[in-house]
Amino acid sequence: MTEAATGHAAAAAAHDAAAHGGEFNAGETIAHHIMDTQVMELPFIGAVHLPTLHIGSWDLPVTKHVVMLWVAAAVVLALAGIAARRRALVPGRVQSLVEIMVVFVRDELARKNIGPHGDRFVPYLLTTFFFILACNLIGLVPYGATATSNIGVTAALAGVAFLVTQASGMREYGVVGHFKNLVPPGLPAWLLPIMIPVELLGMLAKPFALCVRLFANMTAGHVVIISLISLVFILKSILVGVLLSVPFALFINGIELLVAFLQAYIFTMLTSLFIGMSVHPSH
Amino acid sequence: MEFGNSLAHLGAGIGAGLAVIGGAAGIGRLAAAAMEGSARQPQAVGDIRTSMIIAAALIEGATLFALVICMILGVK
Repeated sequence: MTEAATGHAAAAAAHDAAAHGGEFNAGETIAHHIMDTQVMELPFIGAVHLPTLHIGSWDLPVTKHVVMLWVAAAVVLALAGIAARRRALVPGRVQSLVEIMVVFVRDELARKNIGPHGDRFVPYLLTTFFFILACNLIGLVPYGATATSNIGVTAALAGVAFLVTQASGMREYGVVGHFKNLVPPGLPAWLLPIMIPVELLGMLAKPFALCVRLFANMTAGHVVIISLISLVFILKSILVGVLLSVPFALFINGIELLVAFLQAYIFTMLTSLFIGMSVHPSH
Repeated sequence: MEFGNSLAHLGAGIGAGLAVIGGAAGIGRLAAAAMEGSARQPQAVGDIRTSMIIAAALIEGATLFALVICMILGVK
């Protein structure tokens, strides 16, 4: 599992360090696994240098996380395609499985938070949920990297959520009306100078929190796993490995699996909540 | 005395510890309330469990905010 992969990679790092006459540097191993690089490691091929695309005047380096984003997108597309292929009334296995989650997102998230015309947002919420879930789960597989542990990726996801929230509010109430909805109606005029900046700040803080929450959860989990495995190399003891590192790392890996699902769900639920607040301001 | 980056590393360590104290205390209180509620009304266990997990994830989000800042300080 991941311990094998990170153990293998940590052993490789230790070998490199020993070959260069240096010590095993835990910080460097962690940074090497968490940071985004243009060198990708594939199972039997070894290290692959990824190209840099030159489009117009832009230099777009293709990195490890970019490739993982493509893989996650392919997985989500394949899953949706297979599930929807026959559209049988009596569903097969893949269709049933996907339908469970689709119905969950539609009923518990879209309709409960956004109200009766929440069906319009179900495709976007489903995309968000499955894409974040796929990115998180790919990071737990050997040779996989978590694209959502890159702040650029989570910032983009939160940015899209922000745009959908603003656009849905403006579509319902017009541009001015949407901003008027920020403050409660019937507010005494002397409170306005306080409420307006507070509400504007809140409007910006919500997507920012979405971004940082997902990023920090994903990064922190992987840092813990790599640190636990690095303990074996720092202390240079197999006893520590058997008794301490491997059981703990296995336990933390299980928690990471739970966190992968949970963070995807939390992101989608908060997005649906914000859309609901835009479309039906409760105050 | 020349401190260099050691103050940043010290701050990172202390900050991470404090952040964990705050987060764990909050989630502990949340779990206690959830346990008590489930014990008083066993048929609400499912709803309570869902709300507890959501609240715990939100609290942990705030804790990890602080942790991110500590990580930035730690690698200075």
